Amino acid sequence: MTTTRQQVLYLWLQGSALDESVVGWAFHDGSDGAGPQLPESEQPGRPPYSSGVAALRDGWMLLQSAQLIPPAPGQEYANAYLEYEFVFERRVDVAPS
Amino acid sequence: MTLSTASDHRLSTRQMAQFVANGFLRFDAIVPDDINRRAIEEIERLNAERLLPDGMKPPHSRTPLDECYPLPSAIGEYLRLPQIRGIIESMVGTDPVFDHDWVHYIPGGGTYVQPLHVDAVTDSPDPTFDVQLFWYPSAVAPGEGGTRFLPGSHLSRVRSSGLSRYQNIVGEQQVSCEAGSVFVFHHGLWHAGQPNPGANDRWLYKVRLNPTAPQVRQWNTDDLDEVQNPPSDHVFARMQPGSVAEIFRTWHPWMGITDYRNDQMQRARLWRYLSGDDEFDVDYYLSRLEGRADLIGNDA
Repeated sequence: MTTTRQQVLYLWLQGSALDESVVGWAFHDGSDGAGPQLPESEQPGRPPYSSGVAALRDGWMLLQSAQLIPPAPGQEYANAYLEYEFVFERRVDVAPS
Repeated sequence: MTLSTASDHRLSTRQMAQFVANGFLRFDAIVPDDINRRAIEEIERLNAERLLPDGMKPPHSRTPLDECYPLPSAIGEYLRLPQIRGIIESMVGTDPVFDHDWVHYIPGGGTYVQPLHVDAVTDSPDPTFDVQLFWYPSAVAPGEGGTRFLPGSHLSRVRSSGLSRYQNIVGEQQVSCEAGSVFVFHHGLWHAGQPNPGANDRWLYKVRLNPTAPQVRQWNTDDLDEVQNPPSDHVFARMQPGSVAEIFRTWHPWMGITDYRNDQMQRARLWRYLSGDDEFDVDYYLSRLEGRADLIGNDA
């Protein structure tokens, strides 16, 4: 008998396409370590995946893509948050606690 | 009261341009060891007593810098070092006032981690800025509690709590340095305290200073004419080697192409304010819009 827990991966990409380079990432592990972890990056400070597509190929399921929202008048040249956010999940079967 | 000892230690135009492009400057081992050693005891006391009824207190906000921490005080000696005054004068002029200070202490083995944030509140869109001086009076080994920060993030306009989502960003740095090193941050730079898995305590004394007069050409401008480029300097046309524009072409690895170009425009706007040159530009982004806006009598 097992139960299912969710792992969530945020990737922020350089642009709006899923095959663009990763510029930021965050990982939240609902399995509390029971499931697979992120792959080791090739060097410190480098992301675990080179692109969103690379995450798909490692078994992550895409939950949400960033909406493309036109800049508000007067805000055309203002940067704020990392814009191109993609959210992935992976479901992990774990033994009940 | 006017800062009086900084003139020979003011920053160069190139250093100011690097500050505008990156949001910070670092000065390794700029504070003498003698002051560093005595400061740890003093900032430890400030840290322990600032909120006690009768303890050591920081100055009131809006206190002129020259009146902060009168001697004898190791903090006062640090704030009066000609090299430190030169940095401060270059950034916030000759008459800055004290905003606040804080002691950040992470003991060896400390696990507390701050989320990425900006200090204070979402800022106004004008180009004025405060500086925050981060002084590490003891050495910080790599990975042992040095401040995490994101170069080039200072001109992005965000709500502080919106940044906590970012566990990792390509190009971010974590301070490691010799004793007596000072990092000067634009107030908008994204940053966070980090755990200290090492054995040594990590001390940081941070002070925020406000300008009280326009921050125009307060640095050593001897090299300004040499490096200030005309507004025609354009990566797709002709470029002047060694210019401010060349420094403003710094592309931080977390930026996509739109972030990069937008940030170049924000750097140019900030440089117009700092240099007093209303036509300054890099890669023609502002000039193009302004030229077309003139056709119909609108501001860009």
